[in-house]
Amino acid sequence: MTDKVKVRIDGEVIAATAGQTILEVARAHDKYIPALCYMEGLSAVGACRLCMVEVSGVARLLPACTTPVQEGLAVATTSPQIQSYRKMVIELLLVERNHVCAVCVSSGHCELQTLAQDHGVTHVRYPYNYPRLSVDTTHPRYVLDHNRCVLCSRCVRTCAEIEGAHVWDIAGRGIHSRLVSELQRPWGEATSCTSCGKCVQACPTGAMAEKGWGVEEMTKQRAGVSRLTSMREGQ
Amino acid sequence: MDKAKIGTCWLDGCSGCHMSLLDLDEGIVAVLEKADIVFGPLVDAQEWPEGVDVAVIEGAVSSQDDLKLAKIARVRSKVVVALGDCAVTGNVPSMRNGIPTRKLLERVYVEGATERPGTERPGVPTDGVPALLKQAQPLHSAIKVDVHVPGCPPKPSAILFVLSELLEGREPDLGSKLRFG
Repeated sequence: MTDKVKVRIDGEVIAATAGQTILEVARAHDKYIPALCYMEGLSAVGACRLCMVEVSGVARLLPACTTPVQEGLAVATTSPQIQSYRKMVIELLLVERNHVCAVCVSSGHCELQTLAQDHGVTHVRYPYNYPRLSVDTTHPRYVLDHNRCVLCSRCVRTCAEIEGAHVWDIAGRGIHSRLVSELQRPWGEATSCTSCGKCVQACPTGAMAEKGWGVEEMTKQRAGVSRLTSMREGQ
Repeated sequence: MDKAKIGTCWLDGCSGCHMSLLDLDEGIVAVLEKADIVFGPLVDAQEWPEGVDVAVIEGAVSSQDDLKLAKIARVRSKVVVALGDCAVTGNVPSMRNGIPTRKLLERVYVEGATERPGTERPGVPTDGVPALLKQAQPLHSAIKVDVHVPGCPPKPSAILFVLSELLEGREPDLGSKLRFG
């Protein structure tokens, strides 16, 4: 039994199904809301804060990816305030680690780079953090570069929810948070890793890549990972 | 009417942005009809002149000489353009920033050098080279920057657009020409 609800997104009345999130409804109707941690087919965690929208009657901004629609909900997907916050979020992501596009396998195919360009981030107004971070090359086929990780946790969810192996997790807190495989074991020694590579495909940046590619050469097949979920739901 | 003056300089970068500037092809003719290039690696002048209209600066601020030149360019120019990813973000030169300067220099000039009998023992050069700053920083952390043109290197079309807009007295908006890497 599905309940139909009517919502208003940027003034347009849209019929949705109760239980859908604002982001799902908006995307289904070609309304653009940026997001980095959200990926179709995975649970939504509201981590990146890029999809914040204005909901009338609510004083604070709400993440579109985790807010379910209700009858009569009115959403504004953009405003000068939202745009300025989104720009800040992107800039803060860029200063947290070492994102050097010029030497990155994913340059030209990177979601963070695209978001920065699309949001008019010509430069970053905050001081860079320049942390010293490691690169895990122990896996025979893949590489994990912490310098480029934005902690979106798509890889964590892909591995746990789709592959069912749950190799990945996020350890530590705040600025010290790090992606870890099997309780800090090097990726190549993680016995539960099936080497399926879906985490690599789900990663929005060059943090996870296949070995053997040069700058700008690593393209990802994210739709394929999302499709697995929808095919299973159809069974 | 007098022609406008453009000054360019190359701090901690690979000169790729200047190569991209040279790559304007015939576009440079239109620029040079309105402006002269009065300083930079492409011309002979020894000192950054007064009264420059547009300063185009490539590279991160990485040494004391970089900092000095950037500051001179700033006070003697009306508009400062940070050209390329190194000037805008720090880019590749900033990859050393997590390593203490002394350790970095020793790694390169001592540990990384091959000792040959009969030659001087390898050491960190100090004569005639500027001292490194603690970190390579984007240009806007050292001086006020008016226009940022990222890219590694920025496309000639983006450089031409920015110069043309500035020479027309407009503030360039890169829009879809904005590109990192």
